[in-house]
Amino acid sequence: MYVAVKGGERAIDNAHAWLAEERRGDLAVPELTTAQIREQMTLAVNRVMAEGSLYDPDLAALAIKQARGDLIEAIFLIRAYRTTLPRFGSSLPVDTGAMACDRRISATFKDLPGGQVLGPTFDYTHRLLDFMLAADGDVPAAPEMPVDPAPVPHVMSFLNSEGLIAQETCDGTPAPDLTRAPLELPAARALRLQALTRGDEGFVLGMAYSTQRGYARNHAFVGELRIGTVPVEMEIPELGISIEIGEITLTECETVNQFTGSKTEPAQFTRGYGLVFGQTERKAISMALVDRALRWEELGEDDQGAPAQDAEFVLYHCDNIQATGFLEHIKLPHYVDFQSELELVRKLRRDATGQGAE
Amino acid sequence: MTESTDRKTWLGLLARAPQGRIASLLSQVGPVPPATDLRRPEAGSVMVQGRAGGTGNAFNLGEMTVTRCSLQLPCGTVGHGYVQGRSKTDARAAAVVDALLQTDHADRVHATVTAPLAAEAAARQKSRAAKAAATRVEFFTLVRGED
Repeated sequence: MYVAVKGGERAIDNAHAWLAEERRGDLAVPELTTAQIREQMTLAVNRVMAEGSLYDPDLAALAIKQARGDLIEAIFLIRAYRTTLPRFGSSLPVDTGAMACDRRISATFKDLPGGQVLGPTFDYTHRLLDFMLAADGDVPAAPEMPVDPAPVPHVMSFLNSEGLIAQETCDGTPAPDLTRAPLELPAARALRLQALTRGDEGFVLGMAYSTQRGYARNHAFVGELRIGTVPVEMEIPELGISIEIGEITLTECETVNQFTGSKTEPAQFTRGYGLVFGQTERKAISMALVDRALRWEELGEDDQGAPAQDAEFVLYHCDNIQATGFLEHIKLPHYVDFQSELELVRKLRRDATGQGAE
Repeated sequence: MTESTDRKTWLGLLARAPQGRIASLLSQVGPVPPATDLRRPEAGSVMVQGRAGGTGNAFNLGEMTVTRCSLQLPCGTVGHGYVQGRSKTDARAAAVVDALLQTDHADRVHATVTAPLAAEAAARQKSRAAKAAATRVEFFTLVRGED
């Protein structure tokens, strides 16, 4: 028998009204604007864009405000909004080699064309709370120095020229799209990269850390980490040419990993790759490590049974919206399901204690 | 700057202009012929692609918001506007500028709209590059140990 349960409308309406009031907080404190979030909570905005898989800083700021700072809730809002947009098409692949770099560092080469550019980084800060920020204060302008007009080539191209690292070549395969077709295994690297770039930062970080601690160990050096802007170009059918349709900030990480080689093939370093919307370097480095771990099969390595090598485990659990949706649904009413469990347990207990016949 | 005079370049400048900037520059052009919408401003998304390892196979990185608009001037010239973000006003203003740049108004519109947009974009980029340059590490080696 199924009994429909109705009710709770008034309670739900009032809960939402209270939610709005709690979101606003103390009325004596000025309300936060979305422009303030966009400009001053940039890294939160970047994470919401990356995992929401939609590059729009204004929308991400609005989502963060609406979600009271709960970033996964904000990502949920962005994913939901994304589905309402008609898709005009796909861009040409962005050229990260031509990035206007705010930051560009290499842990493998000290002296390299373009140099080590630190950019606006938390690295080398003392991680001490700055109580000056609790008071309003003007920030002095950042120093500027003459710009070296020389190009800033990918670090990997130096190793490439000597044949010391596996080349990344394009065979023209069109990119599969997770948002259009369900994830199926075995997943090509292009599909894995899409899943990882929109995957949960915490999950991908944990997976990456596990490889460093010895699960599918493949000792990674950060060959290069670069953050900056690239133009996005798209073919416009009505114009018959490709034009720039915007400019986005990206973080790219390329790792140099343990080499492979055999009697027939000379030893060569292998690579992992991370590319993420916004200034998101923890995520991009993590992505590169997990990408490398997932490549074990194509690189002829052993399956060590490590979680980070298990494409099914990683790809089916890295999406925080799928995860939170399934996780949080268990708090919603399951009265009927539970009723049947309850009946069953009561019956089993009656049978066990010989009081079955009543 | 002659760079911003070819269509691909000016469309790119218009796409990347800060919100509201095109309309505000366009208002300084003076009277412009009224345009009829062929495709009303419409917000949508474009899937941005990257390449594995920077040079390998393409993969889907995520979408970005884009707004587009197409219109026609009384003389028959068609203009297309594509702008990053969701501003319908900006997309329409971009399409008007694109159309005007193909007419006799081109010089005036170039001087008032696209040339300033190019200068502003260059200044923004130069300022960030100069700040980045100031954070470039100059290594020096210390002589250590006994000699």
